[in-house]
Amino acid sequence: MTTMPDRKTLTHLERLESEAIHIMREVVAEATNPVMLYSVGKDSAVMLHLARKAFYPSPPPFPLLHVDTTWKFQAMYELRNQMAQDSGMELLVYQNPEAAEKGINPFDHGALHTDMWKTEGLKQALDKYGFDAAFGGARRDEEKSRAKERIFSFRTASHGWDPKNQRPELWNLYNARKNKGESIRVFPISNWTELDIWQYIHLNNVPIVPLYFAAERPTFEWEGGLFMADDIPRLEKVLGYRPEITNRSIRFRTLGCFPLTGAVESTAKTLPEVIQETLLTTTSERQGRVIDKDAGGAGMEVKKQQGYF
Amino acid sequence: MSESTTDPIYKTEALIAEDIDAYLDQHQHKTMLRFITCGSVDDGKSTLIGRLLYDSKMIFEDQLTALENDSKKVGTQGQEIDFALLVDGLAAEREQGITIDVAYRFFNTEKRKFIVADCPGHEQYTRNMITGASTADLAVILIDARKGVLVQTRRHSYLCHLIGIKNIVLAVNKMDLVDYDQATFDAIVKDYAAFARSIGIESFTALPISGFKGDNITTVSPNTPWYGGPTLVEHLETVEVLSSIDADKAFRMPVQWVNRPNLDFRGFSGLIATGSVKPGDEVRVLPSGKTSTVTRVVTLDGDLDQAVAGQSVTLCLADEVDCSRGDVISLADNPPQAADQFEATLVWLNDEAMIPGRAYWLKLATQTVSVTVQQPKYVVNVNTMEQLAAKTLELNAIGVAEIATDKPIVFEPYVDSRTLGGFVLIDKMSNATVAAGMLNFSLRRAQNVHWQALDISREAHAALKNQTPKVLWFTGLSGSGKSTIANLVEKRLHALGKHTFLLDGDNVRHGLNKDLGFTEADRIENIRRVGEVARLMTDAGLIVLTAFISPFRAEREMVRGLMAEGEFVEVFVDTPLEVAEARDVKGLYKKARSGQLKNFTGIDSPYEAPENPDFRIDTTAETPEAAAERIVNALLGAN
Repeated sequence: MTTMPDRKTLTHLERLESEAIHIMREVVAEATNPVMLYSVGKDSAVMLHLARKAFYPSPPPFPLLHVDTTWKFQAMYELRNQMAQDSGMELLVYQNPEAAEKGINPFDHGALHTDMWKTEGLKQALDKYGFDAAFGGARRDEEKSRAKERIFSFRTASHGWDPKNQRPELWNLYNARKNKGESIRVFPISNWTELDIWQYIHLNNVPIVPLYFAAERPTFEWEGGLFMADDIPRLEKVLGYRPEITNRSIRFRTLGCFPLTGAVESTAKTLPEVIQETLLTTTSERQGRVIDKDAGGAGMEVKKQQGYF
Repeated sequence: MSESTTDPIYKTEALIAEDIDAYLDQHQHKTMLRFITCGSVDDGKSTLIGRLLYDSKMIFEDQLTALENDSKKVGTQGQEIDFALLVDGLAAEREQGITIDVAYRFFNTEKRKFIVADCPGHEQYTRNMITGASTADLAVILIDARKGVLVQTRRHSYLCHLIGIKNIVLAVNKMDLVDYDQATFDAIVKDYAAFARSIGIESFTALPISGFKGDNITTVSPNTPWYGGPTLVEHLETVEVLSSIDADKAFRMPVQWVNRPNLDFRGFSGLIATGSVKPGDEVRVLPSGKTSTVTRVVTLDGDLDQAVAGQSVTLCLADEVDCSRGDVISLADNPPQAADQFEATLVWLNDEAMIPGRAYWLKLATQTVSVTVQQPKYVVNVNTMEQLAAKTLELNAIGVAEIATDKPIVFEPYVDSRTLGGFVLIDKMSNATVAAGMLNFSLRRAQNVHWQALDISREAHAALKNQTPKVLWFTGLSGSGKSTIANLVEKRLHALGKHTFLLDGDNVRHGLNKDLGFTEADRIENIRRVGEVARLMTDAGLIVLTAFISPFRAEREMVRGLMAEGEFVEVFVDTPLEVAEARDVKGLYKKARSGQLKNFTGIDSPYEAPENPDFRIDTTAETPEAAAERIVNALLGAN
């Protein structure tokens, strides 16, 4: 994606990049108080990179918001702080105080963990700062209900989503006018696939969390999955026992909270190797995540109607 | 799956395993095609898309397992995989077995990345199809080989043609169910060709396929030896995409955002709609018409030597020209026009029908202006293509109407530029996107009517009278006391030596507006005319008082928009319906209740109360005299 397209037909990545930049500029021109939700995953990394391109030489004119669950991998916190510094953007970190107080964790509380830390935490953070537009890194290829969501997706004052009552979105014209109390979730990388994301990271040297690459790491097995022991004392406290730790060469296809995100055994140490493994693999990206399996096949759709991003 | 073709032609998998760098290089240089599929409910759209995903290895094993489980549970294909389930996403519609919204799907071949908009076939969902078609380079029109060209086929083809899709593929599906019979295929193609010609479709590509069995999707089918054309995928891989056609046109870039990080840098950011641009190019900024030279095409990865249609860039100009969001930077010697009256084709997308004369927001590229739509010249019956007379546009209606914007916009006819000719209408109250539109041409009279420059200005008129012109706009239910209070206010102002004039609803309807009735459209026109008259009177320096029910917020806002800032003073005479009805000075409520009078505000026509009036008069708590006193004091105190 470097300089000089001396031909007239753009590549698919150039078109996707251009579309995302156009969307971000529309939001900045029309919203009062936009924010970028930043989860530190690879999709967030690409979205942040696109924002830097969209407004260069200005820094992106909005803050980054990380809705933290306190259960992210250490490497994610490190990259998050680094990227905020490099981009010249303000970093806002929000942790739901109620979830902290009740000691909500992924082992004891299952779905409640996601609900309290992420869904509730996000709503609280948006309300607290009065953001009227929030960029999210969701992609339509990830999940069936997302395939039908608009790029500008409106939420009621209580953050609910009504899939039957979405505004028609024609050409590249986005109607960003809101009713009182409404807010918009904007998905600039809606039309990207997982492969596009990897390819873009590869071509643009976008910094990502090292956990996406294989390395020898301490692991343990829990409820049939393979997990990384990122913070052994804390794990021990929550589980009530010290899990059996084995070193394995692992990496992650998707990054969430470390106990909710399954690792895969892998030797892919470079981006091309990771992409190769991704393409040859026969399980879909989100399978490592527990969240989609709740509530039968409609897990994500139900969560979104409740206000999950 | 019998003798048909389940082995996809893609060799990508081997390349991925053997030489990932070569694969990435290939993927990096792919172009992108966006297309839509449309057809009737049972034509097999979702199945076809599911098949494309399946054959291009875009379905993972766990998804396939889930799909197999779902197929057995709710599938309609017996023990075979129901590809449609993969595509029909939302839980709410699963039980209905139809696709209800636009869903976007992705797949790759060796040459291209594809984005498919799956568009529904049901009549009530025209709006979804228009949405999906608006970004498409190509349309696949599905026909069930057993049924031939249906009303829906015609409708979908018309809509695709209307939205400007040049590449039309006629996919005659379910060929397996007619024993791959050539005569059946030929008859359908002939039938369709006659129809296509009649609505102006210049060419189309017809293919015999089976989405379910996989015939002629990715591989040439042995079941149709009589067919010598490309497979569906081959065709999709080779047609020219829209953005590369746009690159050959004259340069235009609507400005989205002005980039000003410090005093030394001023850049204009936007997505290039058509043409190309390079440093040294002479450009013209519209609507101001000022010219300058491009000095830099800035990106994070370094300045570009050239940028083309479809790219998002930031341009720096040599001169300090006035340029902001909504302006269009264009080739200096071939700029687009600006106008404020047009003929447009509208597709109505909202449950609330269009109201002629009402002001909506119009968003075209990065310009947002206020617009009114005239009564349609005609609507098109999308099943028969007949042009019919109509007073309004209902949900899913397509019509042609004249529109007028409150200031000139930079535009091109839609056939020349989707970006500068395509627009949406937004309801000012609900903020819903209510219509999609395409500009056909500007009306000549807009170009030929000019403002006459006058030597005695409105300021001069007002100065002679030693007063500040105002419009005191009294609104409220019939019988609320508007005329009474307005009359008292005028008497006081007159006594104080002010030059005033009272426009009363009943009086105006005896003359200027005697051709208008009480329908919603007529009420809007009534208020529009009164607003224009009031404006002329303020130009003459008068303090104007108006007493009209003026039930709709949108029209009061329209009048406010006609006046100078602070000139419009809204006075809400807030009398509860029961009280006004009990007074019933003119006996109108009685008539309305008995059904003798239709569209009576408060009874069978709504009154939208002002949200933030300048004055609110509660006539159950304040006498007309006290209210008039309060208004006059505030008005002259502020003078």
